[in-house]
Amino acid sequence: MSANVTPTVSVTPPAAGAMTPKLAKGGSRQNPWLRGLFYFLLVVIAFYMLFPFYWAIRSALTPEVDAGNTPVQYFPSDATLSNFGDALTGGVLKQPLINSFIVAGLVTLLSLIVGASAAYALGRIRFRGRTIMMYAILSMTIFPQIAILGALYTQFSNWGLINTRWSLVISYLIFTLPFTIWVLQSFFASLPRELEESAYVDGASPFRTFWAVMLPLAAPGLVTTGLLAFINAWNEYLYAVSFLQTADNYTVPVAIANWPPATSGSAFAQPWDHIMAGTVVVTLPLIVLVLIFQRRLVAGLTSGAVKG
Amino acid sequence: MNKEFSFAAGTVRHRGGFTLHARQVRLAWLMLVPALAVLIFVALYPLVRTVYSSFTDEQFLGGTTHWVGFANYYNIFTNNTNTAASYPDFYSATIVTLKFAVISVVLEFLIGLGVALVLSSQFKGRGAMRAAMLVPWAIPTVVSAEMWKWMFNDISGVINDFLLRIHVISSPESWLADPSTWLGSVIAVDVWKTTPFVALLLLAGLQVIPSDIYEAAAVDGATGFGKLWRITLPLLRPAIAVTLIFRTLDAIRVFDIFNVFFGNTLGKLTMATAIQTTIVANNEVGYGAALSVVMFVLIAIFVVAYTTIFRVEQQ
Repeated sequence: MSANVTPTVSVTPPAAGAMTPKLAKGGSRQNPWLRGLFYFLLVVIAFYMLFPFYWAIRSALTPEVDAGNTPVQYFPSDATLSNFGDALTGGVLKQPLINSFIVAGLVTLLSLIVGASAAYALGRIRFRGRTIMMYAILSMTIFPQIAILGALYTQFSNWGLINTRWSLVISYLIFTLPFTIWVLQSFFASLPRELEESAYVDGASPFRTFWAVMLPLAAPGLVTTGLLAFINAWNEYLYAVSFLQTADNYTVPVAIANWPPATSGSAFAQPWDHIMAGTVVVTLPLIVLVLIFQRRLVAGLTSGAVKG
Repeated sequence: MNKEFSFAAGTVRHRGGFTLHARQVRLAWLMLVPALAVLIFVALYPLVRTVYSSFTDEQFLGGTTHWVGFANYYNIFTNNTNTAASYPDFYSATIVTLKFAVISVVLEFLIGLGVALVLSSQFKGRGAMRAAMLVPWAIPTVVSAEMWKWMFNDISGVINDFLLRIHVISSPESWLADPSTWLGSVIAVDVWKTTPFVALLLLAGLQVIPSDIYEAAAVDGATGFGKLWRITLPLLRPAIAVTLIFRTLDAIRVFDIFNVFFGNTLGKLTMATAIQTTIVANNEVGYGAALSVVMFVLIAIFVVAYTTIFRVEQQ
């Protein structure tokens, strides 16, 4: 999945995890051999996790002529930023970045508007048919996108939407909307009842109660789910690579995966120095986003697992 | 909404003689309509259409479509790859997908559990570690696949260079072409990308286990391993179940990594890349639809079986 967030998520406003179990670290405290092995494994895992990032940055900083040299240089002796310039101004990434922002932004906005209202209905109002709706939404969160690829492909073609951003805005709702509804309804359900009651006592209509009282209270949940929807839409690849045909309509993942071959003078069929500069460029904003919102993201992604 | 409140609300009459509760219910349906309309339009209708075209020989922009009954399904289950050059070997794709799913999910779970246990102990920099673990999850799979593809490069990839330097291999290896290494290479990338996420899910499960249980166990003389086996793992069961089911579902649907690494290469297709190739590259919409239905049913069986087993266990 492409962009696969597990859709189990349900956001709970209070941060869990006040209690921390004290576990024996990596086996035994007494045995220095085991302890040594434990730290060795830790270093190996950390290296495995971090090295690809280092290597992407290293390759992006390496001048074109050196990229293919053997033996490989582990630290570029003459680092340069020119690859970043080439990646951005060469036009390979500029339009895809714009396209991805438009698509992911619109999808997020639509999911939040449509999703928040449905989530409020499911989370705060008791009505006949609610349980069935909840099951339907939950099962939609694991809907395999590939199952309807052919139908969407022919439909979008009939409507003239193939090779447009609209095909993605529409089809991405399949995975962002059920997920948004599911997470937000549990968020709404967990809000305190008193404010809603006093709004009704003051004579507010059900809609006004939702709009003026409950929706502002749900703002943290909206931020978390919006962020997760945005990241998922930004990362999606299956539909994007199937529906988009020309480079001017590519989103970021399609552009990265279909980087045009190097022009003359390069030792490579694929210009890896430029591709790596591209991966660094599109990864940086996500890292910033993750660092800013890490607490919310962790809470959003994990509370489903905690609840079981 | 609790009972007393509904009762109180039910007795208050407002405009037009409707009770508050009746107005709430009407609002609920009004608020659900847009979402339902969208889901019917983007998911349910295409799904129905997929089932329908799985009984036809529909081709993308291919003229008249004929009803062919179960011919597509017959071809799939007899693995008839000869009817047209454009039918993929779905049997081999299924085997590849299952191998990939089982091995990668097991590795991700074991390593992820180890990382989660380490992170659940108090040490400096734990917060930073957790934030860092989100990064592989957040970057597009395609981007990480490209990073690894370059590292696996047979001429100037760093993996070959490093292994040559430390004399593990004597000549450069084509990791993604060699029949004995290509699947392992993809699994290495998937494990890299997803283990931190698995660890985060399990860590969240660990953090709601009350610490006094461990203190009581320590008083009773439990060892580190005993605590892990008799307390941590049983209490972590719900988190483990949720993690495993969603990871397995993701692994069965795997598309991005295989598409970036192998494109349409025969023998290296998964179910998802085989279907996408059938529909988009070969224009066989009808046959692709039948493949989609088969995959959909497989996933449904898996989900039902899994949830049933888990529910039985819980009782």
